[in-house]
Amino acid sequence: MLTPTPFHPRTAPLCRSHAWRRWAGCVVASAYELSHEREYHAVRGAAALFDVSPLYKYRVHGRDAARFLDHVVTHDAGRLAAGRVLYTPWCDARGKVIDDGTVARLDEATFRLTSAEPNLRWLQDNAAGFEVAIEDVSAATAALALQGPNARAILQRLGDRDFEGLRYFGLTAARLGGVPVTISRTGYTGDLGYELWLAADDALPLWDALIEAGTPYGITPAGILALDVARIEAGLMLLDVDYVSAGRALIENQTSSPYELDLGWAVKLDKPAFVGRRALAAEAVRGPQWRFAGIQVEWDSFERLFAAAGLAPRVPLAAWRTSVPLYAGGEQVGYATSGVWSPLLKQYIALAHLQSRWAAVGTALEMEVTVEHRRQRAAARVVKKPFFDPERKRA
Amino acid sequence: MANAYDAIVIGGGHNGLVAAAYLARAGRRVVVLERRERVGGAAASEEVFPGFTFSVFSYVVSLLRPEIIRDLELPRHGLHVLPLESTLTPLPNGDYLAQWNDHDQNRRELARHSLRDAEAYDEFGRLMHLMSRAVKPFLGMAPPDPGSLAPRELAALGRLGRQLRGLGREQFHALHRLATMSAADYLDEWFETEALKATKSASGIIGTLAGPRSPGTAYVLLHHYMGELDGVFRAWGFAKGGNGSVSAAIAGAARAAGVEIRTQAQVANVIVGNGRATGVALASGEELRAPRVVSNADPRRTFLELVGERHLPADFVQAIRAFRFRGASAKVNLALDALPDFACLPGAGPHLRGAISISPSVDYLERAYDQAKYGEFSRRPYMDIVLPSMIDPGMAPPGKHVMSIFAQYAPYHLNGGWTDARREAFGDAVIDTLAEYAPNLKSILLHRQVVTPADIERVVGISEGNIFHGELSLQQMFFLRPVPAWAKYRTPIAGLWQCGSGTHPGGGVMGAPGRLAALEILKESR
Ligand SMILES: Cc1cc2nc3c(=O)[nH]c(=O)nc-3n(C[C@H](O)[C@H](O)[C@H](O)COP(=O)(O)OP(=O)(O)OC[C@H]3O[C@@H](n4cnc5c(N)ncnc54)[C@H](O)[C@@H]3O)c2cc1C
Repeated sequence: MLTPTPFHPRTAPLCRSHAWRRWAGCVVASAYELSHEREYHAVRGAAALFDVSPLYKYRVHGRDAARFLDHVVTHDAGRLAAGRVLYTPWCDARGKVIDDGTVARLDEATFRLTSAEPNLRWLQDNAAGFEVAIEDVSAATAALALQGPNARAILQRLGDRDFEGLRYFGLTAARLGGVPVTISRTGYTGDLGYELWLAADDALPLWDALIEAGTPYGITPAGILALDVARIEAGLMLLDVDYVSAGRALIENQTSSPYELDLGWAVKLDKPAFVGRRALAAEAVRGPQWRFAGIQVEWDSFERLFAAAGLAPRVPLAAWRTSVPLYAGGEQVGYATSGVWSPLLKQYIALAHLQSRWAAVGTALEMEVTVEHRRQRAAARVVKKPFFDPERKRA
Repeated sequence: MANAYDAIVIGGGHNGLVAAAYLARAGRRVVVLERRERVGGAAASEEVFPGFTFSVFSYVVSLLRPEIIRDLELPRHGLHVLPLESTLTPLPNGDYLAQWNDHDQNRRELARHSLRDAEAYDEFGRLMHLMSRAVKPFLGMAPPDPGSLAPRELAALGRLGRQLRGLGREQFHALHRLATMSAADYLDEWFETEALKATKSASGIIGTLAGPRSPGTAYVLLHHYMGELDGVFRAWGFAKGGNGSVSAAIAGAARAAGVEIRTQAQVANVIVGNGRATGVALASGEELRAPRVVSNADPRRTFLELVGERHLPADFVQAIRAFRFRGASAKVNLALDALPDFACLPGAGPHLRGAISISPSVDYLERAYDQAKYGEFSRRPYMDIVLPSMIDPGMAPPGKHVMSIFAQYAPYHLNGGWTDARREAFGDAVIDTLAEYAPNLKSILLHRQVVTPADIERVVGISEGNIFHGELSLQQMFFLRPVPAWAKYRTPIAGLWQCGSGTHPGGGVMGAPGRLAALEILKESR
């Protein structure tokens, strides 16, 4: 049996498409409406409301909580101020990424860590010698992501205080429509947005309050299909789609280091010790063999391939999550792992692993596309990530 | 004296801005001179009533070229086109016809009216798709001149010929019929549901003083199927912030490329010496010099007013005089205290996020046209309505709404001419007609703005207020637009170019004339 999320009594009647998706053993809507189109546009144009309760959430508490997190993740968790959040990967001793997520410092001695996969055992195993308690609060904590340019106005209508001052990656406790929540200015869409964390028991009152206050601002419950388009535009990767956890990889080639995932900025080698540090320091000197990059398919070339078959181009309106070869000079030099037609940018974009020498922005490549059952290659180019990066995200 | 600019663009409509941006991106120094206090021309958003923003003139985005969106990186400059999802046609008998994007939903709705039509719809769509594929290349290229024997022209014609020959016999015949028939006759061959035929045929009469039974109106039906060929997938979208944000995004891209944009800078005339344009004189008396002058104003205004007949060949002047404008469309923009409640589908619902078409039958449309034919406005007009605030809540204060009504016919050549009283009388006809379908309309009305063709001419400067800078009828399209042999943005005056909707491929917020003009100019000056 799959577990319904705390919002299920509200989301189920809305899900006109009857399209559900599994996520971490739970069910969430793929799209509420018959197409995810409007839900996507709400992310970029108004405000989309995602049920992200299936995320794994850990409460890390104790005198050594900061030191402990600093020890397990690659980023500077130890120096994180209360009321701030950071994004970080964490690695095994070989410096290969196990998972990635956010670390929020709720107060001096309390943190919340989110992850895509279960990590309790690994965290506890690494906690030897630290005075810290790690608790899996996944089921007890419900979570919503309110994402889009109108997100702030909606919170403002509902909140007991002003959210203007809540900076990007900031965190605050507040009441929304009377419901106690913590609000972080984070999300998985690359837009202005917030994530709301609350006791599962309070889920329904909060949902109702948000819908009521948000309706004049175009609040739109949105599913995973819409989220997937937005996160690709934002250049954000997904575990098990864009990379394999080191804990699950069957062969060395399936693993990735943070550098290979373009997360070098989140590896703080000036920290004296953390899991994987030695391997990562060596790799930093050597330089990574692979890079994680943004790819843009050249429209004219793409259109020509279809025209040759007598067809109009067909673009992927929903994101694909397969491995698609990339070529340079006739040889395969990498593979894309997520791709979609961006309705906003009018571009066919993809996220890809490339051998380092082919990963510089501007590099000309070819991507495999299937046209009428035949494998063809369309011209493509390495471009800067994020593909879309509006000022309002940080402003 | 060295010129400060390589090119002067007269007019900051969206096409003038597109042309300027492409020229500047190719390294040219460009200034845009706009007579109004704002750029955008007929693609402008204004806060007409406090808190309520109207797309005063054009209100939906049709076929804005994706290559322009990509080349100029318009999303980075704020462009976001939202899809319009449906078309609702309320009927006098209290029923309605809805067309939805979702295939199954649409079929079920059509089947309520006619099982045959529900099936024909897909077949119709398939044929239109194939034909629009054949015609689409025409939109993306400067039209070749069939009267010329130059090798380049012949080669281009040959390519198009092959494209058309590639169509099967069935499709070629259909294309020929589309080009010659009336929209109503063509649709009669496909469908039996009156409201479906009427609503589809309405796209053939928009902006034109013609009725659904006028020959030549069928062709425009194709344009509705072209969007999906570009990965746009909708012929119609709504720009967040209104159509002014399309212009603002293009202006942003133009400025980023180094274009100087001056508003409240009315050009009085183009300076012509020895058959060459060498600059412009502003109404203020100021003169600006450049080897190239590019006009975004319509052909009549450009040649008869800004250049002057004496600089032009007589037959050219004659052809420009014959170029037909005859504006026929008006806008009524409403600020509403609440949502309109349609008797056929009460309450709020997804039908309010799409278009609402007052086109219950072909007879209804034809009757509306009959009145205009004899110089009267339609007492019961055709209307294409959207509620922008349902798609982009930012257009109105929370909980309030704006309604955009495009209405026909309101002929420019109204018997006795347009006056304030006649403008308001037309506004009343629109409101009275709509209130029959949405009974609460009058009680939620906070403010109304009526824009007639005379207003369009006065405010945007388009001759006779024709929304497309000249009728988009087949005899004024492609290599005939605006004048045979002068369809490639060039003019009889060396150094003077055109880039507005009066050139190929014509009107609409699509940017294609501006881009193609710039590309031609760059070819010349390479
Ligand atoms: C009421 C209305 C509704 C419409 N609805 C739609 C719609 O929904 N969808 C759609 O796609 N299209 C629509 N259209 C058509 C579309 O808006 C126009 O075809 C298009 O905007 C024209 O763009 P343009 O740049 O070619 O010219 P314009 O927008 O006309 O711009 C020309 C500019 O030149 C300036 N100018 C003129 N003379 C001078 C001078 N002497 N000196 C300086 N500046 C000068 C004008 O002020 C103006 O800003 C509509 C048009 C109207 C009027």
